[in-house]
Amino acid sequence: MIVPVLHVVAVAAILFFMGLACILARRSLIMILIGAEIMLNAAGLVLVAASAYWQRIDGQLFVLFLMAMTSAEVSISLALVVYLRRRQGTVVADDFRKMSG
Amino acid sequence: MATILFYILSAVAIVATGFCITRRNPVHAVIYLVQGFFALAILFYLLGAPLVAAWEVIIYAGAIMVLFLFVIMMLELAPDDPLPGPGWQRWAPVALLALALLVCSVLLLAVESGKSGIPPYYASPRTFGYALFKEYALAVEVVSFQLLFAAVGAYYVGRNERGRDPGGTP
Repeated sequence: MIVPVLHVVAVAAILFFMGLACILARRSLIMILIGAEIMLNAAGLVLVAASAYWQRIDGQLFVLFLMAMTSAEVSISLALVVYLRRRQGTVVADDFRKMSG
Repeated sequence: MATILFYILSAVAIVATGFCITRRNPVHAVIYLVQGFFALAILFYLLGAPLVAAWEVIIYAGAIMVLFLFVIMMLELAPDDPLPGPGWQRWAPVALLALALLVCSVLLLAVESGKSGIPPYYASPRTFGYALFKEYALAVEVVSFQLLFAAVGAYYVGRNERGRDPGGTP
């Protein structure tokens, strides 16, 4: 495939920005987590492109670690979302204004 | 051929992600995101990482997104209500960031265009396994610990307190 590495990085930057926009503009905790997923996937695309650019395997290995890290993060954060929903009855981030112990 | 495929799939991924972040119903958002992940998986394949493409489909689209769907359906989340304030107030910082990104990307592409493409790097599973379990053996152990802690933590946070303390004080 003849694609300049800069184009791959541009695609990844657009995807990363979309995840950031999702985190900034949405209020639901679920959508905020989905934004984080999009950003992590964009990082994975950059890693694979770097692996092809330098003809080394490390980038693809890091994507494996990224995926393992993501699955751990998602399981914990979704458990927290379920917990918050049970405690407060809402998953809208704006409603968690005060931290009462 | 693969070059054309790359641009088509990039467009598919970007459009699907754009739909994902603007849907009001979280189930629709997750379905669009799965679509985007499939396109991204084929991008990984085109870049010479078939193993990563398989993981993208199996782990991301198959496991993580289905976990999201389970939680959305378990909590019976309604679609987001529109905000009371004007919409542009919420999207204004996003629009500013988009403008900055666009300017930077166009400048960079204008300066650096004309470079030759990158050939895909096909790694055999043998090479992959050697690198993973010899050079990065410590990282594999750390990641396995992390997954264990995440499982224990998710169980601890998500346990049902009412079942443990029936009729107790709230």
